[in-house]
Amino acid sequence: MEKIPILRMGEFLLVTIQIDMHDQLALKLQDDLSNAIQKNATKGVLIDISSLEMVDSFIGRMVADISGMGKILGAETILVGMQPAVAITLVELGLSLPGVATALNVERGMALLRRKIDADGADVVTH
Amino acid sequence: MADATMSNVLKKSGKEIQANWARDLAATQAGSKGRISAAELEQQSAEFIKLLTAASEHARASDISAPEFKHLREFLEGVSRSRVAQGFSSDETASFIFSLKKPFFAALRVDAGKDADALADQVWRATELLDALGLHTIKTYQKSREDVINRQQREMLELSTPVVKLWEGILALPMIGTLDSARTQVVMENLLQKVVETGAQIAILDITGVPTVDTLVAQHLLKTVTALRLMGAECIISGVRPQIAQTIVHLGVDLQGVTTKANLADALALALKRTGSTSLKA
Repeated sequence: MEKIPILRMGEFLLVTIQIDMHDQLALKLQDDLSNAIQKNATKGVLIDISSLEMVDSFIGRMVADISGMGKILGAETILVGMQPAVAITLVELGLSLPGVATALNVERGMALLRRKIDADGADVVTH
Repeated sequence: MADATMSNVLKKSGKEIQANWARDLAATQAGSKGRISAAELEQQSAEFIKLLTAASEHARASDISAPEFKHLREFLEGVSRSRVAQGFSSDETASFIFSLKKPFFAALRVDAGKDADALADQVWRATELLDALGLHTIKTYQKSREDVINRQQREMLELSTPVVKLWEGILALPMIGTLDSARTQVVMENLLQKVVETGAQIAILDITGVPTVDTLVAQHLLKTVTALRLMGAECIISGVRPQIAQTIVHLGVDLQGVTTKANLADALALALKRTGSTSLKA
């Protein structure tokens, strides 16, 4: 069965969705990712969907759910590289994904992730 | 076939019908203020009678979609299009055909003599045919007008959606004119594509040139803002005029979470601050 790879980069996890997701795959990713966050004590998750060209309402919700889940497990989650067509589709479907952090590409996403985690870390020191 | 009478009449007194018709046309369309010359009318009516005579010889009279009527149809389409270009109204265009009835019926009456039944029959057939031709003319007239409107709409769409780069990582989209669904779609696609190409972090939507903002326009704006956010770019709306601000509040449109500024300069200053660039003044 096909599987979406979850790459570990230090304290971050990088998930690159390279194929068009179907429902089963999305559910499996949700499972795998939550386990991986737990196992690796991850601080940040980067989901790259730059190759994702088609979404439906289910996949849209799934993406939102996955990032919400990451947050609950204590990892900042950022969605990067959404294609214009995908963004328009999601908006038309009424899925504005509130509360999901986004960035234009992996590089920007990584910078944003570091900034967020640094800010959290600074909080701990000052308190 | 009874149609033989019609084509006979046309053949026999075609010249006379045409002369009467041309005179009527000259009289009725005289009010057209020199948009069309008498010579041109004369020439068009002669051509029409010629084609009608030829067509009615072969065809079943009232079915103008028959191949025999091809030349006649094409001729009428040509006339109709030229009428559009000359600025005639639809009723003026239609009356070109309908004014043929009077001289044509007169000729039919002469031909039928005292036979009232035959005359009624012939008049009915002729009416059917001329009505069909008249309607065809109107259809073409309307289609030509619609083509003009469509072309203008396309042109408007093209000239009104430039995405400009203001600074490194900052794009601006000055919107002009009323925003409808089709335009917003084009604008949104253009902008999102440019964001991907340039890797911009902030896009400024300037609505100084948008005359009114109603709930629909506001919804379109919000959609654009949301799509930009999903792609990982920020959006600032600038150029909100006082009336528009009032309208938005009165309509109860929720612009929470959207940064808005009164003018483009303020928006640019904010964008520069957010991207960490320093302007020359600072």
